[in-house]
Amino acid sequence: MNDYMYTDQHEWVCVEGGVAIMGISIYAAEQLGDIVYVELPDIGASVSQGDEIAVVESVKAASEIYAPVSGVVIEINEALGEAPDTVNEDPRGEGWLLKLKMNKPADLEKLMDEAAYDSFIEDLG
Amino acid sequence: MTESILKPDLKATPLHDLHVELGGKMVPFAGYAMPVYYPAGIMAEHMHTREKAGLFDVSHMGQAVLKLEKGLSGDAAHEAIAAAFETLVPGDIKGLKPGAIRYSLLLDENGGILDDLMITRPEGEERQGELFLVVNAAMKAQDFSHIEIKLQGVARLTPLGARALLALQGPKAAQVLAPLAPDAEALSFMQMGEMDVNGVTCLVSRSGYTGEDGFEISVAAAEADALARALLAHNDVLPIGLGARDSLRLEAGLCLYGHDIDQTTDPVSARLAWTIAKRRRIDGGFPGAEHILGLLKKGAPNKRVGLAPEGRAPAREGTEITDGQGAIIGRVTSGTFGPSVGGPVAMGYVHSKFASEGTMVQLMVRGRARPARIQPMPFTPHHYHKS
Repeated sequence: MNDYMYTDQHEWVCVEGGVAIMGISIYAAEQLGDIVYVELPDIGASVSQGDEIAVVESVKAASEIYAPVSGVVIEINEALGEAPDTVNEDPRGEGWLLKLKMNKPADLEKLMDEAAYDSFIEDLG
Repeated sequence: MTESILKPDLKATPLHDLHVELGGKMVPFAGYAMPVYYPAGIMAEHMHTREKAGLFDVSHMGQAVLKLEKGLSGDAAHEAIAAAFETLVPGDIKGLKPGAIRYSLLLDENGGILDDLMITRPEGEERQGELFLVVNAAMKAQDFSHIEIKLQGVARLTPLGARALLALQGPKAAQVLAPLAPDAEALSFMQMGEMDVNGVTCLVSRSGYTGEDGFEISVAAAEADALARALLAHNDVLPIGLGARDSLRLEAGLCLYGHDIDQTTDPVSARLAWTIAKRRRIDGGFPGAEHILGLLKKGAPNKRVGLAPEGRAPAREGTEITDGQGAIIGRVTSGTFGPSVGGPVAMGYVHSKFASEGTMVQLMVRGRARPARIQPMPFTPHHYHKS
Protein backbone atom coordinates (compact mmCIF):
# COMPACT_ATOMS: atom_id res chain seq x y z
CA MET A 1 0.00 0.00 0.00
CA ASN A 2 1.25 3.45 -0.89
CA ASP A 3 1.34 6.55 1.29
CA TYR A 4 -1.71 8.36 2.54
CA MET A 5 -2.59 11.58 0.74
CA TYR A 6 -5.08 14.17 1.98
CA THR A 7 -7.57 16.76 0.76
CA ASP A 8 -8.13 20.09 2.47
CA GLN A 9 -11.59 18.68 3.37
CA HIS A 10 -9.91 16.04 5.57
CA GLU A 11 -10.40 12.98 3.40
CA TRP A 12 -7.50 10.58 2.99
CA VAL A 13 -6.77 8.42 -0.01
CA CYS A 14 -4.35 5.55 -0.64
CA VAL A 15 -3.73 4.40 -4.19
CA GLU A 16 -2.71 0.95 -5.38
CA GLY A 17 -2.91 -0.25 -8.94
CA GLY A 18 -5.30 2.46 -10.06
CA VAL A 19 -7.70 1.87 -7.18
CA ALA A 20 -8.07 4.57 -4.55
CA ILE A 21 -9.27 3.57 -1.08
CA MET A 22 -10.54 6.53 0.92
CA GLY A 23 -11.74 7.57 4.35
CA ILE A 24 -11.69 10.53 6.71
CA SER A 25 -8.64 11.68 8.63
CA ILE A 26 -8.05 11.15 12.34
CA TYR A 27 -8.45 14.91 12.75
CA ALA A 28 -11.85 14.84 11.00
CA ALA A 29 -13.03 11.87 13.06
CA GLU A 30 -12.09 13.70 16.26
CA GLN A 31 -13.81 16.88 15.13
CA LEU A 32 -17.02 15.07 14.21
CA GLY A 33 -17.25 13.18 17.48
CA ASP A 34 -19.36 10.05 17.87
CA ILE A 35 -20.35 8.86 14.41
CA VAL A 36 -23.81 7.29 14.35
CA TYR A 37 -24.54 6.89 10.66
CA VAL A 38 -22.59 6.69 7.41
CA GLU A 39 -24.30 7.04 4.05
CA LEU A 40 -22.30 5.56 1.19
CA PRO A 41 -22.88 5.83 -2.56
CA ASP A 42 -24.13 3.06 -4.83
CA ILE A 43 -21.53 0.86 -6.44
CA GLY A 44 -21.01 2.03 -9.99
CA ALA A 45 -21.58 5.69 -9.17
CA SER A 46 -19.27 7.95 -11.12
CA VAL A 47 -17.76 10.98 -9.41
CA SER A 48 -15.40 13.83 -10.13
CA GLN A 49 -12.83 15.08 -7.68
CA GLY A 50 -14.57 17.30 -5.11
CA ASP A 51 -18.07 15.88 -5.65
CA GLU A 52 -20.08 14.96 -2.59
CA ILE A 53 -19.71 11.20 -2.28
CA ALA A 54 -20.81 10.23 1.23
CA VAL A 55 -22.33 11.64 4.40
CA VAL A 56 -21.06 11.00 7.90
CA GLU A 57 -23.39 11.88 10.75
CA SER A 58 -22.60 12.46 14.39
CA VAL A 59 -25.22 13.00 17.11
CA LYS A 60 -24.98 16.69 16.42
CA ALA A 61 -24.73 17.11 12.66
CA ALA A 62 -24.38 15.64 9.18
CA SER A 63 -21.11 16.25 7.33
CA GLU A 64 -20.58 15.83 3.62
CA ILE A 65 -17.61 13.82 2.42
CA TYR A 66 -16.07 14.70 -0.94
CA ALA A 67 -14.40 12.51 -3.52
CA PRO A 68 -10.63 13.01 -3.20
CA VAL A 69 -10.14 11.82 -6.79
CA SER A 70 -12.33 11.21 -9.84
CA GLY A 71 -13.48 7.70 -10.62
CA VAL A 72 -16.12 5.01 -10.30
CA VAL A 73 -17.19 3.50 -6.97
CA ILE A 74 -16.23 -0.19 -6.99
CA GLU A 75 -16.61 -1.12 -3.34
CA ILE A 76 -18.11 0.33 -0.18
CA ASN A 77 -17.40 -0.57 3.45
CA GLU A 78 -20.64 -2.45 4.20
CA ALA A 79 -19.56 -3.08 7.80
CA LEU A 80 -20.19 0.58 8.60
CA GLY A 81 -23.94 0.02 8.25
CA GLU A 82 -24.04 -1.82 11.56
CA ALA A 83 -20.95 -0.29 13.14
CA PRO A 84 -20.55 3.34 12.04
CA ASP A 85 -18.42 4.03 15.14
CA THR A 86 -15.60 2.08 13.46
CA VAL A 87 -14.87 5.38 11.70
CA ASN A 88 -14.05 6.92 15.11
CA GLU A 89 -12.08 3.93 16.31
CA ASP A 90 -9.90 3.42 13.26
CA PRO A 91 -10.50 6.15 10.67
CA ARG A 92 -7.45 5.25 8.58
CA GLY A 93 -7.91 1.49 8.74
CA GLU A 94 -11.09 -0.52 9.44
CA GLY A 95 -13.08 2.70 9.18
CA TRP A 96 -12.38 3.20 5.47
CA LEU A 97 -15.38 4.35 3.45
CA LEU A 98 -15.08 3.20 -0.15
CA LYS A 99 -12.88 2.34 -3.10
CA LEU A 100 -12.78 4.22 -6.39
CA LYS A 101 -11.43 3.00 -9.72
CA MET A 102 -9.51 6.11 -10.65
CA ASN A 103 -9.94 7.62 -14.10
CA LYS A 104 -7.92 10.83 -13.72
CA PRO A 105 -4.55 10.15 -12.07
CA ALA A 106 -3.57 13.84 -12.34
CA ASP A 107 -6.04 14.48 -9.48
CA LEU A 108 -3.41 13.19 -7.07
CA GLU A 109 -1.24 16.22 -7.76
CA LYS A 110 -3.75 18.41 -5.95
CA LEU A 111 -3.53 16.39 -2.71
CA MET A 112 -1.26 16.88 0.29
CA ASP A 113 1.22 14.35 1.61
CA GLU A 114 1.32 13.44 5.30
CA ALA A 115 3.75 16.21 6.27
CA ALA A 116 1.85 18.89 4.35
CA TYR A 117 -1.46 17.76 5.88
CA ASP A 118 0.00 17.75 9.39
CA SER A 119 1.11 21.33 9.04
CA PHE A 120 -2.25 22.20 7.42
CA ILE A 121 -4.23 20.98 10.44
CA GLU A 122 -1.73 22.59 12.80
CA ASP A 123 -2.52 25.93 11.16
CA LEU A 124 -6.25 25.31 11.73
CA GLY A 125 -5.52 25.35 15.44
CA MET B 1 -7.25 20.34 20.29
CA THR B 2 -6.96 24.02 21.15
CA GLU B 3 -9.99 26.14 21.83
CA SER B 4 -11.43 27.58 18.66
CA ILE B 5 -11.16 31.30 18.24
CA LEU B 6 -14.41 32.89 19.23
CA LYS B 7 -15.88 36.23 18.36
CA PRO B 8 -14.69 38.80 20.92
CA ASP B 9 -18.23 40.11 21.52
CA LEU B 10 -19.38 36.76 22.93
CA LYS B 11 -20.32 36.82 26.58
CA ALA B 12 -18.76 34.38 29.02
CA THR B 13 -20.68 32.66 31.80
CA PRO B 14 -19.17 32.60 35.31
CA LEU B 15 -17.99 29.05 34.54
CA HIS B 16 -16.11 29.92 31.36
CA ASP B 17 -12.62 29.27 32.77
CA LEU B 18 -13.76 25.95 34.18
CA HIS B 19 -15.16 24.86 30.78
CA VAL B 20 -11.87 25.65 29.10
CA GLU B 21 -9.91 23.90 31.86
CA LEU B 22 -12.11 20.81 31.45
CA GLY B 23 -11.38 20.75 27.71
CA GLY B 24 -14.82 21.95 26.64
CA LYS B 25 -15.21 22.65 22.94
CA MET B 26 -16.48 26.22 23.07
CA VAL B 27 -18.97 27.45 20.47
CA PRO B 28 -21.13 30.55 20.13
CA PHE B 29 -24.68 30.01 21.40
CA ALA B 30 -27.24 32.75 22.02
CA GLY B 31 -24.46 35.32 22.30
CA TYR B 32 -22.42 33.26 24.77
CA ALA B 33 -19.35 31.09 24.46
CA MET B 34 -20.71 27.72 25.59
CA PRO B 35 -19.29 24.18 25.72
CA VAL B 36 -20.91 21.95 23.08
CA TYR B 37 -19.08 18.90 24.45
CA TYR B 38 -16.13 17.94 26.62
CA PRO B 39 -13.47 15.30 25.89
CA ALA B 40 -15.89 12.45 26.81
CA GLY B 41 -18.02 13.37 23.77
CA ILE B 42 -21.76 13.82 23.26
CA MET B 43 -22.64 10.11 23.30
CA ALA B 44 -20.81 9.37 26.57
CA GLU B 45 -22.12 12.58 28.17
CA HIS B 46 -25.68 11.70 27.20
CA MET B 47 -25.45 8.14 28.55
CA HIS B 48 -23.73 9.30 31.72
CA THR B 49 -26.59 11.70 32.45
CA ARG B 50 -29.17 8.94 31.98
CA GLU B 51 -27.19 6.50 34.15
CA LYS B 52 -25.53 8.69 36.79
CA ALA B 53 -25.44 12.48 36.91
CA GLY B 54 -24.44 15.30 34.60
CA LEU B 55 -23.61 18.91 35.40
CA PHE B 56 -24.76 21.54 32.90
CA ASP B 57 -23.95 25.24 32.84
CA VAL B 58 -27.18 27.00 31.92
CA SER B 59 -26.10 30.42 33.17
CA HIS B 60 -26.87 31.88 29.75
CA MET B 61 -30.58 31.55 30.48
CA GLY B 62 -32.45 34.61 31.70
CA GLN B 63 -33.29 34.75 35.39
CA ALA B 64 -35.42 37.56 36.76
CA VAL B 65 -37.63 38.52 39.66
CA LEU B 66 -40.94 40.17 38.94
CA LYS B 67 -42.21 42.18 41.91
CA LEU B 68 -45.57 43.74 42.56
CA GLU B 69 -45.40 47.54 42.85
CA LYS B 70 -48.33 47.81 45.24
CA GLY B 71 -47.51 47.19 48.91
CA LEU B 72 -49.59 44.10 49.59
CA SER B 73 -48.53 41.09 51.62
CA GLY B 74 -49.20 37.38 51.91
CA ASP B 75 -51.75 35.66 49.68
CA ALA B 76 -53.21 38.99 48.58
CA ALA B 77 -49.82 39.98 47.18
CA HIS B 78 -49.49 36.67 45.34
CA GLU B 79 -53.04 36.96 44.03
CA ALA B 80 -52.22 40.40 42.61
CA ILE B 81 -48.88 39.54 40.97
CA ALA B 82 -50.37 36.30 39.61
CA ALA B 83 -53.38 38.13 38.16
CA ALA B 84 -51.00 40.52 36.41
CA PHE B 85 -48.82 37.73 34.99
CA GLU B 86 -51.83 35.70 33.88
CA THR B 87 -52.51 38.43 31.31
CA LEU B 88 -49.33 37.21 29.53
CA VAL B 89 -49.54 33.40 29.91
CA PRO B 90 -52.31 30.77 29.79
CA GLY B 91 -51.20 28.93 32.94
CA ASP B 92 -52.71 28.93 36.40
CA ILE B 93 -50.34 31.23 38.30
CA LYS B 94 -52.82 32.20 41.01
CA GLY B 95 -53.10 28.61 42.11
CA LEU B 96 -49.35 28.16 42.70
CA LYS B 97 -48.48 27.25 46.28
CA PRO B 98 -45.39 28.88 47.80
CA GLY B 99 -42.34 27.10 46.34
CA ALA B 100 -44.23 25.68 43.34
CA ILE B 101 -42.89 26.00 39.79
CA ARG B 102 -44.99 26.12 36.64
CA TYR B 103 -43.93 25.64 33.02
CA SER B 104 -45.79 28.13 30.87
CA LEU B 105 -45.79 30.09 27.62
CA LEU B 106 -45.55 33.79 26.87
CA LEU B 107 -48.09 34.38 24.11
CA ASP B 108 -48.65 37.14 21.56
CA GLU B 109 -52.10 38.55 20.68
CA ASN B 110 -52.61 35.85 18.06
CA GLY B 111 -51.77 33.06 20.45
CA GLY B 112 -48.30 32.61 18.95
CA ILE B 113 -45.61 31.45 21.36
CA LEU B 114 -43.11 34.21 22.25
CA ASP B 115 -41.15 31.94 24.57
CA ASP B 116 -41.53 29.12 27.06
CA LEU B 117 -40.52 29.75 30.64
CA MET B 118 -40.50 28.57 34.24
CA ILE B 119 -42.47 30.59 36.78
CA THR B 120 -42.00 30.07 40.52
CA ARG B 121 -43.93 31.48 43.46
CA PRO B 122 -41.21 31.95 46.06
CA GLU B 123 -41.50 30.77 49.63
CA GLY B 124 -41.24 33.23 52.51
CA GLU B 125 -43.74 35.74 53.79
CA GLU B 126 -41.67 38.73 52.68
CA ARG B 127 -41.42 37.41 49.11
CA GLN B 128 -45.11 37.01 48.38
CA GLY B 129 -45.91 39.37 45.55
CA GLU B 130 -42.83 38.15 43.68
CA LEU B 131 -42.43 35.63 40.85
CA PHE B 132 -39.09 34.08 39.91
CA LEU B 133 -38.78 33.63 36.15
CA VAL B 134 -36.37 31.63 34.00
CA VAL B 135 -36.54 32.24 30.23
CA ASN B 136 -34.53 31.14 27.20
CA ALA B 137 -31.11 32.69 26.63
CA ALA B 138 -31.79 33.80 23.07
CA MET B 139 -35.11 35.37 24.06
CA LYS B 140 -34.28 37.03 27.35
CA ALA B 141 -33.86 40.61 26.12
CA GLN B 142 -37.15 40.45 24.20
CA ASP B 143 -39.01 38.63 26.97
CA PHE B 144 -37.89 41.04 29.64
CA SER B 145 -38.82 44.10 27.63
CA HIS B 146 -42.18 42.51 26.71
CA ILE B 147 -42.96 41.82 30.37
CA GLU B 148 -41.81 45.28 31.47
CA ILE B 149 -43.95 47.03 28.89
CA LYS B 150 -47.05 44.94 29.48
CA LEU B 151 -46.89 45.16 33.26
CA GLN B 152 -45.66 48.74 33.53
CA GLY B 153 -46.94 50.41 36.69
CA VAL B 154 -48.12 47.07 38.09
CA ALA B 155 -44.94 45.12 38.56
CA ARG B 156 -41.21 45.74 38.31
CA LEU B 157 -38.87 43.27 36.62
CA THR B 158 -35.32 42.84 37.90
CA PRO B 159 -33.07 40.64 35.73
CA LEU B 160 -30.64 38.66 37.86
CA GLY B 161 -27.61 39.15 35.63
CA ALA B 162 -25.15 38.38 38.40
CA ARG B 163 -26.39 34.87 39.00
CA ALA B 164 -25.25 31.63 37.45
CA LEU B 165 -27.56 28.65 36.86
CA LEU B 166 -26.27 25.09 37.16
CA ALA B 167 -28.31 22.01 36.34
CA LEU B 168 -27.49 18.68 37.95
CA GLN B 169 -29.44 15.96 36.17
CA GLY B 170 -29.68 12.20 36.35
CA PRO B 171 -30.71 9.34 38.65
CA LYS B 172 -27.77 10.05 41.01
CA ALA B 173 -28.43 13.80 41.20
CA ALA B 174 -30.22 13.70 44.56
CA GLN B 175 -27.56 11.47 46.08
CA VAL B 176 -24.79 13.74 44.81
CA LEU B 177 -26.44 16.92 46.06
CA ALA B 178 -27.47 15.59 49.49
CA PRO B 179 -24.12 16.10 51.30
CA LEU B 180 -23.85 19.67 49.94
CA ALA B 181 -27.52 20.59 50.38
CA PRO B 182 -29.32 18.31 52.86
CA ASP B 183 -32.64 20.11 52.27
CA ALA B 184 -32.69 19.48 48.51
CA GLU B 185 -33.87 15.89 48.78
CA ALA B 186 -37.18 17.00 50.32
CA LEU B 187 -38.14 18.90 47.17
CA SER B 188 -40.43 17.15 44.73
CA PHE B 189 -40.58 17.69 40.98
CA MET B 190 -41.42 21.31 40.09
CA GLN B 191 -40.73 22.67 43.57
CA MET B 192 -38.19 25.30 44.57
CA GLY B 193 -36.61 26.26 47.85
CA GLU B 194 -34.00 28.69 49.10
CA MET B 195 -31.26 26.74 50.87
CA ASP B 196 -27.57 26.48 51.55
CA VAL B 197 -25.60 24.55 48.97
CA ASN B 198 -21.93 24.07 49.76
CA GLY B 199 -22.34 26.80 52.40
CA VAL B 200 -23.83 29.38 50.02
CA THR B 201 -27.48 30.44 49.87
CA CYS B 202 -28.98 29.30 46.56
CA LEU B 203 -32.35 28.87 44.94
CA VAL B 204 -32.72 25.16 44.24
CA SER B 205 -35.48 23.79 42.05
CA ARG B 206 -36.24 20.17 41.28
CA SER B 207 -36.62 20.48 37.54
CA GLY B 208 -34.61 20.21 34.37
CA TYR B 209 -34.52 19.59 30.66
CA THR B 210 -33.45 15.97 30.35
CA GLY B 211 -36.47 13.92 31.48
CA GLU B 212 -34.44 12.71 34.46
CA ASP B 213 -34.69 13.60 38.11
CA GLY B 214 -32.51 16.58 38.86
CA PHE B 215 -32.03 20.08 40.13
CA GLU B 216 -31.38 23.56 38.86
CA ILE B 217 -29.34 25.71 41.21
CA SER B 218 -29.36 29.48 40.95
CA VAL B 219 -26.21 30.77 42.63
CA ALA B 220 -24.35 34.09 42.88
CA ALA B 221 -21.90 34.33 39.97
CA ALA B 222 -18.91 34.65 42.29
CA GLU B 223 -19.76 31.35 44.00
CA ALA B 224 -20.58 29.37 40.87
CA ASP B 225 -17.11 28.07 40.08
CA ALA B 226 -16.58 26.66 43.58
CA LEU B 227 -20.02 25.04 43.55
CA ALA B 228 -19.45 23.48 40.11
CA ARG B 229 -16.09 22.09 41.24
CA ALA B 230 -17.64 20.68 44.42
CA LEU B 231 -20.28 18.87 42.35
CA LEU B 232 -17.76 17.65 39.78
CA ALA B 233 -15.59 16.25 42.58
CA HIS B 234 -18.17 13.48 42.97
CA ASN B 235 -17.28 10.32 41.05
CA ASP B 236 -20.74 10.07 39.55
CA VAL B 237 -20.71 13.56 37.99
CA LEU B 238 -19.42 14.52 34.54
CA PRO B 239 -19.67 17.94 32.90
CA ILE B 240 -22.17 17.89 30.04
CA GLY B 241 -22.24 20.20 27.02
CA LEU B 242 -25.00 21.62 24.87
CA GLY B 243 -24.80 18.71 22.42
CA ALA B 244 -25.98 16.13 24.94
CA ARG B 245 -28.40 18.66 26.44
CA ASP B 246 -30.11 18.71 23.04
CA SER B 247 -30.22 14.93 22.53
CA LEU B 248 -31.43 14.40 26.11
CA ARG B 249 -34.28 16.90 25.82
CA LEU B 250 -35.31 15.58 22.42
CA GLU B 251 -35.53 12.00 23.69
CA ALA B 252 -37.58 13.41 26.58
CA GLY B 253 -39.96 15.00 24.03
CA LEU B 254 -39.28 18.51 25.34
CA CYS B 255 -39.55 21.48 23.00
CA LEU B 256 -36.67 23.74 22.06
CA TYR B 257 -37.80 27.32 21.53
CA GLY B 258 -36.96 28.69 18.09
CA HIS B 259 -37.14 25.18 16.63
CA ASP B 260 -40.13 23.16 17.88
CA ILE B 261 -42.12 26.18 19.01
CA ASP B 262 -42.02 29.82 17.96
CA GLN B 263 -44.32 32.72 17.19
CA THR B 264 -45.85 30.84 14.24
CA THR B 265 -46.96 27.99 16.51
CA ASP B 266 -49.62 28.01 19.21
CA PRO B 267 -50.06 25.88 22.34
CA VAL B 268 -52.68 23.63 20.75
CA SER B 269 -50.71 22.77 17.59
CA ALA B 270 -47.60 22.36 19.74
CA ARG B 271 -49.52 19.89 21.93
CA LEU B 272 -48.83 22.05 24.92
CA ALA B 273 -52.53 22.57 25.66
CA TRP B 274 -51.91 20.90 29.02
CA THR B 275 -50.31 24.21 30.03
CA ILE B 276 -53.69 25.94 29.63
CA ALA B 277 -55.32 25.69 33.05
CA LYS B 278 -58.96 24.59 33.37
CA ARG B 279 -59.99 27.91 34.90
CA ARG B 280 -58.28 29.79 32.08
CA ARG B 281 -60.14 27.73 29.45
CA ILE B 282 -63.37 29.04 30.95
CA ASP B 283 -62.34 32.59 31.82
CA GLY B 284 -59.80 33.27 29.03
CA GLY B 285 -57.98 36.53 29.66
CA PHE B 286 -54.65 35.50 28.14
CA PRO B 287 -53.23 36.75 24.82
CA GLY B 288 -54.85 35.09 21.83
CA ALA B 289 -57.40 33.39 24.09
CA GLU B 290 -60.22 33.50 21.56
CA HIS B 291 -58.12 31.88 18.84
CA ILE B 292 -56.59 29.29 21.16
CA LEU B 293 -59.88 28.32 22.82
CA GLY B 294 -61.33 27.98 19.31
CA LEU B 295 -58.52 25.61 18.36
CA LEU B 296 -59.16 23.61 21.52
CA LYS B 297 -62.76 23.08 20.40
CA LYS B 298 -62.23 22.55 16.67
CA GLY B 299 -58.77 21.01 16.77
CA ALA B 300 -55.65 22.47 15.21
CA PRO B 301 -54.86 21.93 11.51
CA ASN B 302 -51.32 20.81 12.31
CA LYS B 303 -49.87 19.02 15.29
CA ARG B 304 -46.48 18.47 16.81
CA VAL B 305 -45.60 14.76 16.74
CA GLY B 306 -42.76 12.44 17.60
CA LEU B 307 -41.15 10.65 14.65
CA ALA B 308 -39.21 7.41 14.75
CA PRO B 309 -37.34 7.04 11.45
CA GLU B 310 -36.72 3.46 10.33
CA GLY B 311 -33.07 2.56 9.81
CA ARG B 312 -30.21 4.57 11.23
CA ALA B 313 -30.24 7.81 9.23
CA PRO B 314 -31.15 10.83 11.39
CA ALA B 315 -33.66 13.29 9.91
CA ARG B 316 -32.53 16.79 10.82
CA GLU B 317 -34.42 20.03 11.34
CA GLY B 318 -36.05 21.21 8.10
CA THR B 319 -36.51 17.72 6.63
CA GLU B 320 -39.76 17.54 4.66
CA ILE B 321 -42.37 15.02 5.78
CA THR B 322 -44.49 13.50 3.01
CA ASP B 323 -47.39 11.06 2.76
CA GLY B 324 -47.24 7.82 0.78
CA GLN B 325 -47.93 9.73 -2.44
CA GLY B 326 -45.09 12.17 -1.88
CA ALA B 327 -47.24 15.19 -0.96
CA ILE B 328 -45.66 17.40 1.69
CA ILE B 329 -47.57 17.11 4.97
CA GLY B 330 -45.12 18.71 7.35
CA ARG B 331 -41.60 19.37 8.43
CA VAL B 332 -39.13 18.12 11.04
CA THR B 333 -38.32 20.75 13.68
CA SER B 334 -35.69 18.79 15.65
CA GLY B 335 -33.91 15.61 14.76
CA THR B 336 -30.90 13.70 15.95
CA PHE B 337 -29.63 10.28 16.87
CA GLY B 338 -30.97 9.31 20.29
CA PRO B 339 -28.15 7.62 22.19
CA SER B 340 -30.51 6.02 24.75
CA VAL B 341 -33.02 5.01 22.08
CA GLY B 342 -30.18 3.61 19.98
CA GLY B 343 -31.63 5.07 16.81
CA PRO B 344 -32.73 8.30 15.21
CA VAL B 345 -35.47 10.38 16.86
CA ALA B 346 -37.20 13.52 15.64
CA MET B 347 -40.13 15.78 16.21
CA GLY B 348 -42.01 17.92 13.79
CA TYR B 349 -45.38 19.18 12.67
CA VAL B 350 -47.76 17.28 10.38
CA HIS B 351 -51.32 17.83 9.16
CA SER B 352 -53.57 16.60 11.93
CA LYS B 353 -54.97 13.68 9.95
CA PHE B 354 -51.48 12.16 9.90
CA ALA B 355 -50.81 12.87 13.58
CA SER B 356 -52.16 9.71 15.16
CA GLU B 357 -49.82 7.21 16.70
CA GLY B 358 -48.52 4.51 14.38
CA THR B 359 -49.21 6.41 11.15
CA MET B 360 -46.46 5.79 8.60
CA VAL B 361 -45.03 8.84 6.86
CA GLN B 362 -41.91 9.49 4.80
CA LEU B 363 -38.96 11.72 5.58
CA MET B 364 -37.13 13.23 2.64
CA VAL B 365 -33.50 12.89 3.70
CA ARG B 366 -31.08 14.00 0.98
CA GLY B 367 -33.70 13.56 -1.69
CA ARG B 368 -34.61 10.01 -0.72
CA ALA B 369 -37.91 9.06 0.95
CA ARG B 370 -37.34 7.11 4.15
CA PRO B 371 -40.16 5.63 6.21
CA ALA B 372 -40.89 6.88 9.71
CA ARG B 373 -43.59 6.13 12.25
CA ILE B 374 -45.54 8.71 14.25
CA GLN B 375 -44.54 7.85 17.77
CA PRO B 376 -45.77 9.03 21.17
CA MET B 377 -43.32 11.11 23.17
CA PRO B 378 -41.26 10.94 25.30
CA PHE B 379 -39.04 8.51 23.40
CA THR B 380 -37.42 7.54 26.70
CA PRO B 381 -39.55 7.46 29.88
CA HIS B 382 -39.39 10.42 32.25
CA HIS B 383 -37.97 9.75 35.69
CA TYR B 384 -39.20 12.77 37.59
CA HIS B 385 -39.24 12.74 41.38
CA LYS B 386 -42.93 13.09 42.13
CA SER B 387 -44.12 12.85 45.69
